[in-house]
Amino acid sequence: MQSRAVELLVGFFVCLGIAAIFILTMRVSNLADTSDVQQGYTVVAAFDNIGGLKVGAPVNMAGVRIGRVADITLNQETFRAEAKLRVSEQYKLPKDSDAAVLTSGLLGEQYVGVGPGGSLKNMQDGDEFIITQSAVVLENLIGQFMTSMGAGGDAGGGGNAGGLPAPDGP
Amino acid sequence: MTPEPPTLDKPPQTRDNLVEVRGVHFTIGSRVIYKAVDLDIARGRITAIMGPSGTGKTTLLRLISGQWRPAQGTVHFDGAHVAKLSQNDLFEQRKRMGMLFQSGALLTDLSVFDNVAFPLREHTKLPERLIRDIVLMKLEAVGLRGARALYPAQLSGGMARRVALARAIALDPEMIMYDEPFAGQDPISMGVLLRLIRRLNDVLGLTSIVVSHDVKETLGIADYVYVISDGEVIDHGTPQQIRDSRSEWVQQFIHAEADGPVPFHYQGTPYAEDLLNGSRR
Amino acid sequence: MTTMQRGFNTATGWMADLGRGAIFLMRILFSLPGLILKPRLLIEQIYSVGVLSLVIVVVAGVFVGMVLALSGYRLLVGFGAEEALGTSVALVVVRELGPVVTGLLFAGRAGSALAAEIGLMKATDQLSGMEMMAVDPVKRIVAPRFLAGVIALPLLTSIFCVMAIGAGGGYFVGVDMLGVDAGSYWSGIQSNVDFGEDIINIFLKSGVFGAIITWVAVYQGYHAPPTSEGVSRATTNTVVIASLAILGANLMLTAVLFGSH
Repeated sequence: MQSRAVELLVGFFVCLGIAAIFILTMRVSNLADTSDVQQGYTVVAAFDNIGGLKVGAPVNMAGVRIGRVADITLNQETFRAEAKLRVSEQYKLPKDSDAAVLTSGLLGEQYVGVGPGGSLKNMQDGDEFIITQSAVVLENLIGQFMTSMGAGGDAGGGGNAGGLPAPDGP
Repeated sequence: MTPEPPTLDKPPQTRDNLVEVRGVHFTIGSRVIYKAVDLDIARGRITAIMGPSGTGKTTLLRLISGQWRPAQGTVHFDGAHVAKLSQNDLFEQRKRMGMLFQSGALLTDLSVFDNVAFPLREHTKLPERLIRDIVLMKLEAVGLRGARALYPAQLSGGMARRVALARAIALDPEMIMYDEPFAGQDPISMGVLLRLIRRLNDVLGLTSIVVSHDVKETLGIADYVYVISDGEVIDHGTPQQIRDSRSEWVQQFIHAEADGPVPFHYQGTPYAEDLLNGSRR
Repeated sequence: MTTMQRGFNTATGWMADLGRGAIFLMRILFSLPGLILKPRLLIEQIYSVGVLSLVIVVVAGVFVGMVLALSGYRLLVGFGAEEALGTSVALVVVRELGPVVTGLLFAGRAGSALAAEIGLMKATDQLSGMEMMAVDPVKRIVAPRFLAGVIALPLLTSIFCVMAIGAGGGYFVGVDMLGVDAGSYWSGIQSNVDFGEDIINIFLKSGVFGAIITWVAVYQGYHAPPTSEGVSRATTNTVVIASLAILGANLMLTAVLFGSH
């Protein structure tokens, strides 16, 4: 029957289309990521400057993705940016871990890098990072470099502009 | 209002006429197709509408079926004012009429069988077995039961028209309209069609309207004839009355004379003048 | 004076066309619910507009993905940012090229075929024949084709996007040929393509494009002069008008969907 062949081909076509939609949602978009952090806990990291960090950006530890940035707000009392980080349940963070806003590659996106501490206790839901490191703002870095040049070629980051922790080297 | 001819001066309620056309005026763009046409189609008879090509004979069928609406005047089908019917009522009415298009108008992506089954499947909830029986019956009536598996592209012009006829009678209509049924037919298919039209009309008790410009065949088959030209009914009567018509125009038409009231030459400037003005196109 | 008059006539002609088109669209939309009773008509039309457009869409998707990866790589490698290759290919495909290119291909492949088919049905009296059989051609012929276009184009667009980004197109050139890391190709895509914004956007855009293309095609076919010249004009008009309408609608949709950012 000719109409049977038509039905089969249409069925095949619709399956193919739905498979493509499935790939787009699960493989291409961030939908799968958001769903796997449903089971997790939220910790807060306050930064002086978050640079270009966005909601949805990854939270990594030792290069492994452990969660994502759920929300970013400005604390009106301390004037610091508070980022709520949603971390998967399976990853435990020592209580004295530190968080830093880092950039992947030279022009890549910004993410939160978490360095492990030595404490035996782990962070709970709602805990805050004690040690944080803000985003490196290029202008500040250049300004810092210029001041240190002006101060007599003492290369090596003496001035600490804008409360930035000094980078390891220029 | 235009005065109506005395012979046709009947109220639209008269039930021996299935279709009554009164004072119909119709234009396409700026072209006047009809000016005040009156027609009666008697029940159970074959009525022929004759006239030269391009006088809008097909238009008349479209007006009767309600596909187009007249600018002025009325068309009544079985007492109902066609132009005032709602879409649903119009469709209900069209199930009571069949139309045979000049081209056949068969659906090219369906086989002969499915074409004839099409109106049945669209309008009835009959089981497929019954539909099969009806379709074979209708195809048998036009002598094409053996061709049911063919597609319209594989049919000759005459066969296509017969399939279209089978389709037109599929819903057992009260009236069939034939649009130029004889145009471009070889003598054999012409004879077949003539016999079919006559037999269907008499056996099934149909009312038939035949639109044609083939004089011999039409006068041979019709019970009553209207001759239309330039948007007006020039003459009407039985075939014999038409043959004896005193109208010069009708005589030219039925005897196929090249020149007469209808000039051989299309209107234009005089010939000699045209030739002398060599530079103008 | 005459030029002005002619211009005025053309303008009123367009307006009248647009008005007739809008009324026609209304008739189609009102006919759609009746299709529930006749799913077979819809399936046949999904076959002829969807399945028959599949090959051209898959091939085009693969080529577009490949060329995007090639040129994107040359650009990005200059900044040492070739990890962003997946992101750049995916964003370009998902946000703009996918819906637009698939729409243009669909207008050329399915739209022209629709206009020619309906135009020929009109020229051979098949549409009047249906009317005479008390079957509304808008319900029987036009509505299933319209709905099939609206359903088929989002599916085709999704397939196009997957082909362009995935193993056949961008991934093949970027990862297999140019040596970009497979992990960073996919993770870059995942962290930058947003479901709510970008994927939903594919369906919105392609659904709208499908409606526009089939609307133009069935209108042109249905209102074509019943001559061979009329049908050929209807086919050409369909491709030209539908293509321009897609590009215009894409600009507006992009402005609306991403305007707030």
